Amino acid sequence: MIASKGDKLMKKVIEIQHLSKSFGTHEVLKDIDFSVNKGEVVCVIGSSGSGKSTLLRCINLLETPSGGQIIYQGENILDNKHNINSYRTKLGMVFQSFNLFNNFDVLTNCLVGQTKVLKRSKGEAEKVAMKYLKVVGMDRYVNAKPRQLSGGQKQRVAIARALSMEPDVMLFDEPTSALDPEMVGEVLKVMKELAETGLTMLIVTHEMEFAREVSDRVVFMDKGVIVEEGSPEQIFNNPQNERTKAFLKRTLK
Amino acid sequence: MSIDWIISIVTDNWEMFLRGAWMTLLVAIVGTIFGALIGLLIGVINTIPKPDRGIKRFFLKFINAILAIYVEFFRGTPMIVQAMVIYYGSAQAFDLDLNRTFAAILVVSINTGAYMTEIVRGGIVSVEKGQFEAAQAIGMNHWKTMIHVVLPQVARNILPATGNQFVMNIKDSSVLNVISVTELYFQTKSIAGNNFRYFESFFVACVLYLIMTITISRILRYFEKRLDGPQNYQMMDDLTQIEGKKS
Ligand SMILES: Nc1ncnc2c1ncn2[C@@H]1O[C@H](COP(=O)(O)OP(=O)(O)O)[C@@H](O)[C@H]1O
Ligand SMILES: [Mg+2]
Repeated sequence: MIASKGDKLMKKVIEIQHLSKSFGTHEVLKDIDFSVNKGEVVCVIGSSGSGKSTLLRCINLLETPSGGQIIYQGENILDNKHNINSYRTKLGMVFQSFNLFNNFDVLTNCLVGQTKVLKRSKGEAEKVAMKYLKVVGMDRYVNAKPRQLSGGQKQRVAIARALSMEPDVMLFDEPTSALDPEMVGEVLKVMKELAETGLTMLIVTHEMEFAREVSDRVVFMDKGVIVEEGSPEQIFNNPQNERTKAFLKRTLK
Repeated sequence: MSIDWIISIVTDNWEMFLRGAWMTLLVAIVGTIFGALIGLLIGVINTIPKPDRGIKRFFLKFINAILAIYVEFFRGTPMIVQAMVIYYGSAQAFDLDLNRTFAAILVVSINTGAYMTEIVRGGIVSVEKGQFEAAQAIGMNHWKTMIHVVLPQVARNILPATGNQFVMNIKDSSVLNVISVTELYFQTKSIAGNNFRYFESFFVACVLYLIMTITISRILRYFEKRLDGPQNYQMMDDLTQIEGKKS
């Protein structure tokens, strides 16, 4: 069943080796080995506090890893000489709490990174922004300020903002966890459509149905380690590890 | 009869009153603007991320310590004393004869800067952490994050407190009469010294101070509303409309 994705599995977009992270004496990530391949959709599941957000935040260096390597385009970006900011433009991040820039309207939220960081011209940036605002169905709201939008709308704009940078991989940290139940669907639908376009996505989620549907691979984390990973069929229908079984039993009731 | 005295004082001295009021406004406006800039600059310097070790860390800590002393000193002493120390101190120590208006603006700016530093610090703290993280996540460095995302929000956050500081400066600049700056209090004192009608002369000064502070408060409130923008947004029905709007 992975055969159709065979060519995609060839190229690793990001590879993590022996990644560890401690807050003080609290070891939150322990010796994580993990990679995301081009065009792949990977969902990370696990109970709260298992280190999923920290893993994502270490990947785009919002947290500084305590040890290990992050390999991007053949180089370890944790080497001192590396330009963190240009690396970050290659990763799109979608936060649980949206984090749209409050001082800008919807369109400018999608422009500012393009013009100020990527140095695209205003005209080009607008074209790109409108393209992705259309993808998430928010193109009619270009003039709205974040405070005038619902949670689901904000999250869709946040996705468009990240896509506008045209990153190599999109990171989602529980994108629907802060939403009212009736708005979860609209965001998941957008993400499903994105997954179908072949976008590389790494998604932390508690939406098990969604994970089963869109993932090429599911990763189960517990207490700072990757306990088990495999195709959605393997993880959801035939988990090997006791901890995975217990977690799924709890969540799938 | 007081009313008659007030009328005659105003008709005889209106020019002096107005010149005094103008000097008060000038010192307060320029002092508040420079003070706000000082506060913003120091507030931003305080947020520069410190590396774990090395010379840059030491340097930043050193700068921050000096700035902390500046804030403590000017918040912990009365402006009337600061005026004396700066004006006569520079004359004595450096043989420097400061222009009195310049000295007045200098004192108010430095004093306001110390208070604004605290206000800006609060304004930066009240910007959600997520705003910084979202800016970093699209590759903005510290300065870009500050200039494009954080400071515009800080400016909005601190506007009421800055307006408050402005109104305080209009009133407190009266202490600058000790270095003979010809602001409103100084002028009124001269007028009253000539006619010996202290109550009536200072009553006129009172009214002028009130007119200034109330007008300024109103204007600032109007600006705050303007900055918040319209309550509603316009829906775009198709792309051509946006192209039209942008060109
Ligand atoms: N900034 C921090 N300082 C200290 N501890 C933290 C910090 N961020 C996360 N942690 C701890 O790390 C652990 C993993 O957190 P997190 O990665 O957010 O888990 P998850 O996203 O899986 O719920 C938790 O025990 C949490 O308390
Ligand atoms: Mg989390």
